[in-house]
Amino acid sequence: MQRFLTWIDERFPMTKLWEEQWGKYVAPKNFNFWYYFGSLAAFVLVLQIVTGIFLAMTYKPDATKAFESIEYMMRDVSGGWFIRYMHSTGASAFFIVVYLHMFRGMMYGSYRKPRELLWIIGCVIYFALMAEAFFGYLLPWGQMSYWGAQVIVNLFSTVPWIGPDLGTWIRGDYTISDVTLDRFFALHVAAVPLILLLLVAVHLMALHEVGSNNPDGIEIKKQPKDPKTGIYLDGIYSHPYYTIKDLVGVVFFLGVFFIVVFFMPDVGGYFLESNNFIPADPLKTPEHIAPVWYFTPYYAILRAVPSKMLPYIQPTQFYGVLAMAASVLVFCFLPWLDKGPVKSIRYRGGLYKAWLAVFVFCFLLLGYLGTVPVTVWGQFGHWAEGLLDTMDRATWVARLLTIVYFLFFVLMPWYTARDKTKPVPERVR
Amino acid sequence: MAAEGEVNLRKRRFLIGASAVWGGIGSIAIAAPFATSLWPSERAKAAGAPVDVDISKLEPGQQITVQWRGKPVWVINRTPAMVATLPKLDNRVSDPKSEIDQQPKYCQNEDRSRKPEIFVAIGICTHLGCSPTYRPQVAPPDLGSDWLGGFFCPCHQSKFDLAGRVFRGVPAPKNLEVPPYMFLSDTQLRIGEDNENKL
Repeated sequence: MQRFLTWIDERFPMTKLWEEQWGKYVAPKNFNFWYYFGSLAAFVLVLQIVTGIFLAMTYKPDATKAFESIEYMMRDVSGGWFIRYMHSTGASAFFIVVYLHMFRGMMYGSYRKPRELLWIIGCVIYFALMAEAFFGYLLPWGQMSYWGAQVIVNLFSTVPWIGPDLGTWIRGDYTISDVTLDRFFALHVAAVPLILLLLVAVHLMALHEVGSNNPDGIEIKKQPKDPKTGIYLDGIYSHPYYTIKDLVGVVFFLGVFFIVVFFMPDVGGYFLESNNFIPADPLKTPEHIAPVWYFTPYYAILRAVPSKMLPYIQPTQFYGVLAMAASVLVFCFLPWLDKGPVKSIRYRGGLYKAWLAVFVFCFLLLGYLGTVPVTVWGQFGHWAEGLLDTMDRATWVARLLTIVYFLFFVLMPWYTARDKTKPVPERVR
Repeated sequence: MAAEGEVNLRKRRFLIGASAVWGGIGSIAIAAPFATSLWPSERAKAAGAPVDVDISKLEPGQQITVQWRGKPVWVINRTPAMVATLPKLDNRVSDPKSEIDQQPKYCQNEDRSRKPEIFVAIGICTHLGCSPTYRPQVAPPDLGSDWLGGFFCPCHQSKFDLAGRVFRGVPAPKNLEVPPYMFLSDTQLRIGEDNENKL
């Protein structure tokens, strides 16, 4: 066995790669629960690719055949329902894992120097993931697929001057059609997965260059090395410690994952929307369109922004589109907005903790509002007529939440600098 | 817990082994549906179902072709004269006794059929897959004076006799394949199914 390994190593840096990337990669020894989600995200990516390949063996990317081909997969292909449910559950699971992974970064300051680029690469992965989910959602060609795509592509049509042409160019047609389906299929199955794989590789390379952060925000590379082990005092080898830890994480994840797959794959209409079990009908829009849950915070922001903001300019949804784009892009700026002297929330003061809690609250409530119609909380009384541009209470709440959402970022240079922080210890806790 | 530095190797080996076995079972359980999904689906199995053929109107010497599992299947009403040519060609064909497995057990005989007057075969040349032409006429100009009737493949000139047996010295290596079939009655043939083994 050793001779075989040596033969390979003389011709390909196999052992070197293994040791540098994982086996002897020195990571901080205090990784906690929040550190499961990186490896879980990679796991779900592999899961989606494998289930996706098998789905693509049966799926027919044709407007007249797509819906039926999925029903065929569900009923007539051996184990087809299992593969389909794994893929649909995996899509939502991917976003849950990624949101928790990002939140870890926010809590522990993992975006701070020298990890700014690592954070930005992660944000780009997030954007690619949203694109992948969007393209994939059209493929079942259900009512929600069709009308959701119609609405989102129409957002691009709101761009001044080039909008309508841009929309047509994206669709390849004057409305969402078979042409759009074919190109979204190619993007979802080939282009974006390759981009995602490339980005994940780059993400890991950037991580290994600077080393991992940890819950205390202490830079272990600034520590002396332990004379007995030869590695930083608070470091440990990823193998076998984090191999085992991450394996446990995967097992627990799969436990929950398969409970959903076998017993409630539609999760009350949040993972598989009921309207999507109706074939797409270009002539009839469902009563209530909403994007899948992982897009709803941004959708709520889009809807909240009024369309008539400036005098002399026609009402346009473009302001909402800009706000929505900004709400996603703003994450990229965190490394430069955070002026605090400490990285980790463990050593920050009350101001920061309060703002972070408020941000999470806004994100979750906006997410909820994005799933329901704007009329969900009724209308204001007669006193508001003529005064307000819209009477729906929920819209005003969403507007307030949107403002607070952006304030979390915009005011960050101020409150992170003013915050009363605690001294950061030399060694991890 | 072991003291600092001591490692309970037996416990460690047991735990690693037990986890590996359990993980292995889990991996097989996850992988199995992917593998089984590649078998023919219910729809494919339904499309590959046996085909019933009415041979009441089949004239002596006439050939009809039906499709079974996407392949052309010939049904030929052989005259007694046609059947009589077969023993004469025993020394000109490669596998006169049909020893190579190209037919069901009940067709491993001289005329490669259940009843000599009805010949059923898959009309695909065993060389590279073209469909041979039915040439029942004796001694036509292009096939020579010793042609007693059979099948001629236009692609690479392979020749088969009226029992689908391949001639020596042609590109095709094996006799024409005979599918499983059975008689539902004197006038009804079912191709793709027989009483011996249900497909």
